[in-house]
Order: sequence, then C-alpha cells, then structure tokens
Amino acid sequence: MKKKKSFLEFVSDNTFIHILLSIILGFLVGAIFLVVMRLSVGEAYGRLFHSVSNVKGITYVIVYSVPYIVAGLSVAFSFKTGVFNIGAEGQFVVGSMAAAIVGIRFGTLPRPVLVILCFLVAMLAGAVWGIIVAFLKTKWGINEVLSMIMFNWIAFYLSNFLAGRPGIKSEGSAEATANISENATLLFSKDFIKKMGFAPTANGGIFIAIVIMIVIWIVIEKTTLGYRLKAVGFNKYAAEYGGINVNKSIMTALAISGALAGLAGALQLMGMGGRISIFSSQEGFGFAGIVVALIGCSNPFGVFIAGLFYGWLMYGGSKLNLVGAPTQLINVIVGTVVFFIAISVIFANLKYLVKSKPGQK
Amino acid sequence: MDNFLNNFGIILYATLVYATPLLYAGLGSCFSEVSGVVNIGIEGMMTAGAFTGTVIAYFTGNPWLGFLCGGLAGAVFGMLHAVATVILGADQTIAGTAINMLGPGIVIMIAKVLFDSTDTIPLTATQKIPQLFSGVFGTGTAFGRFMNNVFATYASTYLVFIAVIIVWFVFYKTRFGLRMRACGEHPMACETLGINVIATRFFCVCMSGFLAGLGGACVTMTISTQFRPISIVGQGFIAIAAVIFGKFRPQGALVGCLLFGFCSGLKVVLGGSSGFNMHLISMIPYIVTVIVLILFVGKSHVPAANGKPYVKSR
Repeated sequence: MKKKKSFLEFVSDNTFIHILLSIILGFLVGAIFLVVMRLSVGEAYGRLFHSVSNVKGITYVIVYSVPYIVAGLSVAFSFKTGVFNIGAEGQFVVGSMAAAIVGIRFGTLPRPVLVILCFLVAMLAGAVWGIIVAFLKTKWGINEVLSMIMFNWIAFYLSNFLAGRPGIKSEGSAEATANISENATLLFSKDFIKKMGFAPTANGGIFIAIVIMIVIWIVIEKTTLGYRLKAVGFNKYAAEYGGINVNKSIMTALAISGALAGLAGALQLMGMGGRISIFSSQEGFGFAGIVVALIGCSNPFGVFIAGLFYGWLMYGGSKLNLVGAPTQLINVIVGTVVFFIAISVIFANLKYLVKSKPGQK
Repeated sequence: MDNFLNNFGIILYATLVYATPLLYAGLGSCFSEVSGVVNIGIEGMMTAGAFTGTVIAYFTGNPWLGFLCGGLAGAVFGMLHAVATVILGADQTIAGTAINMLGPGIVIMIAKVLFDSTDTIPLTATQKIPQLFSGVFGTGTAFGRFMNNVFATYASTYLVFIAVIIVWFVFYKTRFGLRMRACGEHPMACETLGINVIATRFFCVCMSGFLAGLGGACVTMTISTQFRPISIVGQGFIAIAAVIFGKFRPQGALVGCLLFGFCSGLKVVLGGSSGFNMHLISMIPYIVTVIVLILFVGKSHVPAANGKPYVKSR
C-alpha cells in the first residue's frame, strides 16, 4: 500500500517546490538588504509587481524575455549533453552581429525572406563559434571552458570592430551600427501595437521562442540524436563503449547550442534594439542564459518559465530607481535564488527534520 | 634605440601592472581547483575585493589596510562558496554563478548607499598602493629611464611574486600541499588515510576567495583609482583561463598571467599610436592564448576529482 506523503516529504521530494522556495528566499534576502539600506520594501517590491499590472507592462516583459529564454535553452541543451556552454555569450554576440550585417546590407529583400535569412546566418555564426571550441577540444584536447572564455572576448572585440566599419557603422555620430532594415525586424505593425495597447517594441519573437522550446524538447526527449547526446553527457566512456562517437557528439551538441545562442542574439537585435552599439564591456546575455537554464532546471518548459521570470525582473528592475532603490537589487535577488538552487539539498533533507534518522525511509 | 628602450620599458611595466591582479586571482583559483573545487566565482570575489579595498583605503587613508580588507571581503564570498560546495555538496558551477551575481550586486548596492553613485570617489596618490622604487634610478641615461619605467611598478607586484614562490612551496614541498593535491585527485582515498577532506577543501576555497579579493583590490588600487561596476568585468575569468593554461600549477599560472599582462601592455603602447585598430589589438591576447595552447600546451591535467562534490558516507 502506498503511504500518504507528509507535507514535509512532499516539499522535500518536489524540485518545483525547491525552486519556488529559492525564489521566495531570494526576495526575502532582497528585502533584508532594502531594510538595511533604509528603503521601503513595500514600495520597491510594489514597483516590481506594478510593472506587470497592465498589458503594456506584460508585453514589455515578454519582449525582454525572448533572448533570455532562447539563450537559456542554448545553455540548457549543453547541460543536458554534458558540456557547460559558458561560451553562449560569444555565440550570442556573433549571431547578433551576423544578423545585423545581413539586416543592414540586404535590407531590400522582402520581409519573410530577410527575416529567415537573418535567423539562418545568426544560427550559422553561433554554430561555427561553438564548433571551433568543440574542434579545439576534440582535436587537441584543449579545455573547453578556457577556449570558450577566449572566444567570448574574441567575439566581443570582433563585434566592436565590425560595428565601426564603413558600410555597417551608422551614418550619424552614434558609436553603433546603422539600424537594420525595417524588413528585418520582428516588430508588429504600429497600428496593431497602438490598438492593443502593447509596448512599442512588441514583436513576434516570443512565438519563435515557443517553437524553439518545443523543438528542443522533442530533440532531447524523443529522438535518437538526443538520446546519443544525453548518453555522452551521462557517461562518455559508457557511451563510447556502446558505440557512440563521442567526439562527433560533442561537436553536434556545441553546434546546436551555439546555433541557439546565435539565434538568441538575432532575436534580441531584430526584436528590440535594431542596431548594435560599440560596447565597453560584455552585455551578459549568454551569462544570463546560464542563470535561466539553472533556474529552469535545464528542462525546456522550465527554462521558458525561468526566462519569463528573468525578463520580468530585468524589466521591473529597470523601474526600481524610480523609487530610489538600486537596480542592482535584482542581481542580489537572482544571485540568492541561484545560490539556494545550488544548495537545494537542504530542502531535500527537510523531511529528515522530523524523522531524526537520516537515510531511513 | 632610445625610443625603443623607452617603449620596451613601458611595455614591461604595463605587463607587470596588468598581470598582478590576474596573478593574485590565479593563485586563488589554483588553491581551489587543486583541492577539487571548481571556482568560477573568482570574478564575483574579485569585485567584492576591489570595492572593499578602495572604500577602506578611502575612509582610513591606509592603502595596506584597504588591500587586506579587500582580501577579507573576497574570503567572505569564498566562505559562502565553501559552505555551499564543500559542506552542502552543491553543484560547484551553479554556486559559482550565484557568487558572480551576488558579489557585484551587493557591493554596488553598498556603493549606492555610501556614495550615492555606483562609482567610488577616486583615491589620492597616498591612498593607492605605493610604487616602491619610483625614481630611484637616475633619469640621466636612457638605461636609467628604462629601469625607472620598469621598476615603477607597485608594491603589490613585488608581493605577488613572493606569493607565487610561497604558494609553489606550499603546494609541492609541504605535507599540507601534498594532502591538498590528494584531495583533488582522490578524496575517498584521503579520507581512509585520515585526512580531513572537508576541512582541507573548506580552507582552500576560503583561501582562493582571499587571494581573489586581493587581486580585485589590486585593480582598483593600482591600475585605476576608483571602483566602477566595470572595473573587474571579465578579469576573473581571464585568471581562471590563465590557471587552466598553466595546468593548475602556480608557476604555470605565472606564465599565463604574464602572457595576458604582456598583451594588455602591448595594447597600451600600440593604442597610443595611430594606424592600429584598438578593437583588433584587444583581440590579440585571446588569439595568442589559443595558438599557444594548440602549439605548446595541449591537454592539461585537470585534478581528477575536480567538480565532483565530496559527500562523506555516513
């Protein structure tokens, strides 16, 4: 007979509850900081929640979330296949730049063609960036974390360099690329946005994110390719013994992960910015992707929700200085959430508080 | 010739100045990785150290106190990482990512409260870490000027070279070092021999935080004079890269850090003259690293138990 679980056992065994608890604790720690800084907790958090109280706010959050969701899916995919894609940042940047170049230079193409072309070159650029690292690893045994960090910076400076080239740089004095052609953007028509009361940057990126989420889920869970990649992730020696080409798997995994990160870059550009600035430091979308993947437990659906959550905090956080609270509060909250997810073993052990003997069921 | 000597001196000087923070952080990374704990939180720990160092130096006027407090601030975050990874057996990458968000998040919030800005107020010359041999050599000859350029480095640079020797000695010539390295290779075997794996790793991770904090303080107390949110950005990861480059050995990390420092130095000198694109020059260190890895270094031996949480069996 199945024993009914006690409440504590339910909490201990449910990953979703662990994440929920982590999020609550994150806000709690954020509140403590606010109190120490003599700021009103109610006002600051009120502002965060108020930011999604209307259609405009909600669409803003969705728009913000798209690149985080897709970057998160990229990192989650790499986690599933046993590689830690800390290079998502660089892949995001090259993807974004590739899309920008196509979007600027081939602006006269009809919209559907141009949009798909931008997506493809962005994915190709990201995939190439990932494959280089995989190649260095499989051919010469070079530590992938090290080469990814290098390629993040190479991508960063390459993007800055290209953004300043004639033909790509903006005509004006702005330290940025020219705006991509309107045919390359994903923005809804102005009338539609106005009629619906959406945010001015409302765009179709979210539908792409949903499609990608479903595709990735299918690839990981329902295909032989996904099975093979996961097998390598679990135990590469066992996988090799089972007849799987490990090197090829690592290449494939990083190519797919890189393509996704590149696509995330294109979505950010074509949905939000429309141009790429010459930056003084890395923007961190790829690193945010790591956080989103972690909060979403590397599960595609989880990552989708986590991306929305992250997008909300980023959008809501940008409103925080209106009430005198520093935007950095968001980093503290998210950092705490991730920290508690890391040590979620403490939640899993809650049930032992009552039954004092650990290990006994 | 004079001009060459002058430029050469400046490049050497810049190499040393830029390599110093990386080297502190790199030594820290060595401690953690060799004992079997992946620490990608170095970046966050450096940021904490950078802020704390400048703030304490600013308020007390004593750079050395600031420097030390910078290290301690890093150690606090190191301890946080140690509690999560060593005691609670958390995933080391996740915990490190959390530290990288918490470190900058918390210090920039404090900066907002203290200075009503995300930047700190610039340090005066006496609040910075002193330059020991500035102007000791006569400026009359070209060689004298060269020596002056090179030896104008900050006291922290001399200290870090001593630190490399000490860390090397601890790693390879002491009983503790042997035990520590063993913990990174086969913690279970260590436990059966009576080595306290948990305590050893806990100490090593705290130590890595302390050194990373010193490295961060170096950035804001020598290269620049104030803490800004982008003071550290990326340097923690570069330090980790230098350590992997150096095959997780302090002497190897020294080479890696000097390489990155040299490229930064080259950037400073070449950046002054026109005709070079800054962005392309900035790319050099990273491309050079990859090429050097392909040609000379190859596979690095990662400590066998690196990244695997050690949970004591009950």
